[in-house]
Amino acid sequence: VAGGRNLSALLRSTDARDGLRDIAPVMIAAVPIGMLFGAIATSKGLSVAEVALMSTLVFAGGAQFAAIEMWSTPVPVAAILFSTLLVNARHVLMGASLAPKTRGFSGPQRALGFFFLTDEAWALAERRALEKTVTPAYWFACAAVLPASWIGSSIAGAFVGAFLGDPKRFGADFAFTALFIGLVAGFNKGRITAATVAASGGTAALVHVTAGPPWHVLAGALAGIAAAYLAAPSAPPAEDA
Amino acid sequence: MRIDPVTLWTILGMAAVTYFTRIAGVVFAGRLALSGRAKAAFEAIPPAVLVAVIAPTALATGWPETAAAAITTLAALRLPLLATIAVGVASVVALRGLA
Repeated sequence: VAGGRNLSALLRSTDARDGLRDIAPVMIAAVPIGMLFGAIATSKGLSVAEVALMSTLVFAGGAQFAAIEMWSTPVPVAAILFSTLLVNARHVLMGASLAPKTRGFSGPQRALGFFFLTDEAWALAERRALEKTVTPAYWFACAAVLPASWIGSSIAGAFVGAFLGDPKRFGADFAFTALFIGLVAGFNKGRITAATVAASGGTAALVHVTAGPPWHVLAGALAGIAAAYLAAPSAPPAEDA
Repeated sequence: MRIDPVTLWTILGMAAVTYFTRIAGVVFAGRLALSGRAKAAFEAIPPAVLVAVIAPTALATGWPETAAAAITTLAALRLPLLATIAVGVASVVALRGLA
């Protein structure tokens, strides 16, 4: 599809406007979380430039929080990279799920576009795919704009972190949880979803307490997927897509 | 603006690992043709992953967080995303005040 001549048309399209509209609440919700990340990272000894670099190049909140949690001197590089792989392993499943819904993308659009894959943009694109086509205009407006909020708030947090005090006082640490609950509700399909949520939540909480992070993400996700497999009818009704 | 070499390499390594996870699913997806239970399992990936990420905060931190997560869930079934977040944050602050 797109050549350069189509770029401005893409940006003016309703798909691009829809993408910006959908990502806007996520960008707002990301601000306290990004600030929290910047504040914790500088308290562990990272400079403002290093915080900015990590939020720009890695751009994965869960993995970044896990890395900062483990950060010490000397830096446990191998452990941090393994944790990053585990926390982000879910991206493989997410990308596989989204790939057939982004068939209109060119090769370079995919190679660049999936750099911006996040839980939030992916959830929005999946929800979009239930009703409409996920076009490059929608995806880039939605996914590639989010870094502005994440990087900016990380840097702001790195600068002002020491003066904020305990983020728990404002409930800022819960914004991420509330955001994810809201995104999950968008996928609600009744019984199968209820089984998925119960199995994933219960398993992840248990594994978090026993084995510790980051294993709870993988274990919970697999338990939820298994629950959906078991809850689904073995012979699906025809034409139910 | 200080950038430590070890920190730089750690960040570059994290970036490479993360990009690999982001693009790998796209590369492998062409080989998947699903139906029935396998399709249901595949469609459950989004809620399964999202719930697993927040489960420690929602279920294994304390009763105020668990109660706030329940209130947020009720809000999420009725309200738009930003209002849901506002309800969640407000309820956790109020419930922590009681704890």
